[in-house]
Amino acid sequence: MSSAGKTVRIGAGLGFYGDSWRPIRASIERGSVQYIASDHLSELTLAILQKDRQKDAAAGYARDAVPMLLDLWPAAAKHNVRFVLNAGGLNPHGAREAIKKIFREKGWKARIATVTGDSVLERIDELKSAGEPLAHMDTGADIAAVREKLLFANAYLGAQPIAEALAQGADIVLTGRVADAALTLGPLAHEFGWHWDDWNRLAAGLTLGHLLECSGQGSGGNFGSASEWARVPDYANFGYPIAEVSADGSALLTKPPATGGRVSFDTVRQQLLYEVHNPHAYFSPDVVLDMGTLRFDDEGNDRVRVSGASGAARPARLKVVAGYHDGWMGTGMIGFAWPEAYAKCEKSAEVIGAWVKERGWAVEETNVEYVGYNSLLGANADPTYRDQLNECFLRMTIRTKDRKAADGFGRLFPWLGLSGPPYVGSLKGVQPAKELLGIWPTLLKRELVEAKTRIEVENI
Amino acid sequence: MKVALWKIAHARSGDKADRADIGLFAFDAETYAVLKREVTKERLARHFAAMTTGPVELWALDNLLALKIVLNGALQGGAARSIRMDNLGKNVAAQLLRMEIDAPDTLPRLKKT
Repeated sequence: MSSAGKTVRIGAGLGFYGDSWRPIRASIERGSVQYIASDHLSELTLAILQKDRQKDAAAGYARDAVPMLLDLWPAAAKHNVRFVLNAGGLNPHGAREAIKKIFREKGWKARIATVTGDSVLERIDELKSAGEPLAHMDTGADIAAVREKLLFANAYLGAQPIAEALAQGADIVLTGRVADAALTLGPLAHEFGWHWDDWNRLAAGLTLGHLLECSGQGSGGNFGSASEWARVPDYANFGYPIAEVSADGSALLTKPPATGGRVSFDTVRQQLLYEVHNPHAYFSPDVVLDMGTLRFDDEGNDRVRVSGASGAARPARLKVVAGYHDGWMGTGMIGFAWPEAYAKCEKSAEVIGAWVKERGWAVEETNVEYVGYNSLLGANADPTYRDQLNECFLRMTIRTKDRKAADGFGRLFPWLGLSGPPYVGSLKGVQPAKELLGIWPTLLKRELVEAKTRIEVENI
Repeated sequence: MKVALWKIAHARSGDKADRADIGLFAFDAETYAVLKREVTKERLARHFAAMTTGPVELWALDNLLALKIVLNGALQGGAARSIRMDNLGKNVAAQLLRMEIDAPDTLPRLKKT
C-alpha cells in the first residue's frame, strides 16, 4: 500500500438499460463501497430514448434509474454511497425532475448534479460550417447521406465534468452520453486529485472503469467457455464487481462477500478485452490505454490485483455516435416437431418465399435461420444431427424500406398452421415490423463539444 | 492431432458498430504458444467467411495469454440494423471455439481429461 494509504471503493451498477439493480444492495450494505458507477446506455439505447422523447418531451432518460434509486437510496444514504449514472440519456434534466419528485414524496434530501452537452444533433449544421466533416469513421462517407434520417447524435464526454460535479458536493451525478468507464474514472480522479495529463493513472482508472461497466460480466457472468461456466457459483445471487483503488491507480478487484459469481484471472481478462478493438490503443476521451502492460495477479477467493496500466495522451477529437433510420425488419417464426422437423422448416421457408414473391414486396434481404440448429452458430453449426432433430423452429426475417411489407410478412406464418406441414407449434401471435437503425460513428474536435458542457448542481 | 479450441481455451465476443470482436484466452502458457502459432488471420478469415465482409485483425497479448480478434463487417452493418437472431454477435466466440487446430496431445488441459 502507498504511503498515503488511502483507498477508494467503487462498485459496479447496471450494465445496460433494464439490468438488475438487486446485486447493488450487497455492494452498498456489505461491500463498503463509496461510489456506484451505473451504466444505462448501450450504443443503441439512445435510439429507444429518442422514441420516448418524441412521444413525451419530459421523457428521454433511462427510466429504470428512478425505481433503482427509490429502492437503494435509503441504504446508500446510510452508508454514504454516491451514485454516478449516465441514466440521463437524452434528457438528464428530465431524469433529475423525476428523481426530485420521488425524493420529495419520501422526504429524502440529496445534492444532485446533471452533466449535459453531449448531444450534437441540433448542432450538425453549425459544426459542418465550422469545418467539421462528420464523415463516417470507417467508410469516410459524408454525413449528408443520412442527415435527414438522424435520430440522435451524441459525443462521448469524459470524466472531467463528473469529477467536477463531485467536487461541488453532488451525491448523485446524472449524465447523458459519457464514456462508460468515465463513470468510474470521474470519482477516482476526484478522490485522488489525479491530474488530467497523468496518463498512467488515468489509464489505470480507465481499465477499472472498463472492468466495472458491464455489471456481472466483470464478476464471472457470461463466462464464455465450455463447462467452466457451470462452475461459477450461485447465479441467482450474483454479486457485481467492486474495485478497491489506491492512489497510484493499482487496485484490488473483488465482489461483496456471500454473493454468487467469480472474480478470477480468467473472468477478469475476459471482461478486459470485451468490446475492445486495438488493445494497445484503447481510446477514451481522457486517455489512450495500452493493455499490453497490465498485470492481473489472482490471489484466490475472488480477489485479483490489477496494476501496470500505461497511458498515452488523450485524443484531440472525441467520438460521436449517431443513429439513423435504416428501414424495417419483418419477422416470422414457426416450429415443428419430429419427424423431419428440419425438412418441414425448410419447406415452410420455401412456401413463405413464394408468398412474398407473389405479393411483389420490395425485399432487400431475406434471412433464413433454424432455431435449434443454426440460428446462433450460423455456418459453424455442426450438421451431423440436422435431420434427426427432435424439434426445430424456422425463423425468417426480411429487410425492406416498406413498413407495410414488414408488418405483412409476419402475418403469412399462421397460414401454414392448417395448410402446411404437420406437427406445428409456436404460433403465438404475429410480430409487428421493427425499425432498423444504422449507426454513424464519427469524430469531432473536442473543444467544439466541451464548449457546451454544462454542470448544474442543486439540493433536492 | 486436431483439437477443438473449446477443449483448451475460453472466449467471449461482443459488438461495436459493424465489428464483432472476440477475446480468446489460453488456460496456460504452453497452450497460448500453440494458439499464437495456429490461430492466424488467414485461418480466422476462412472460419468466418460466411458472415464477414471485411478484413480480420489480430493481436497477441502475452501478459494475458490472449488473442484479440476483430472481424470487420461481421454484423450486417451493426446490431441495430442486423436481421439475424444473434444481432449482437454474442455467439461469435462460441463459433470460434468450434475451430480445430493442430496441437500436441501433451497440452495441460488435454492431459486432465
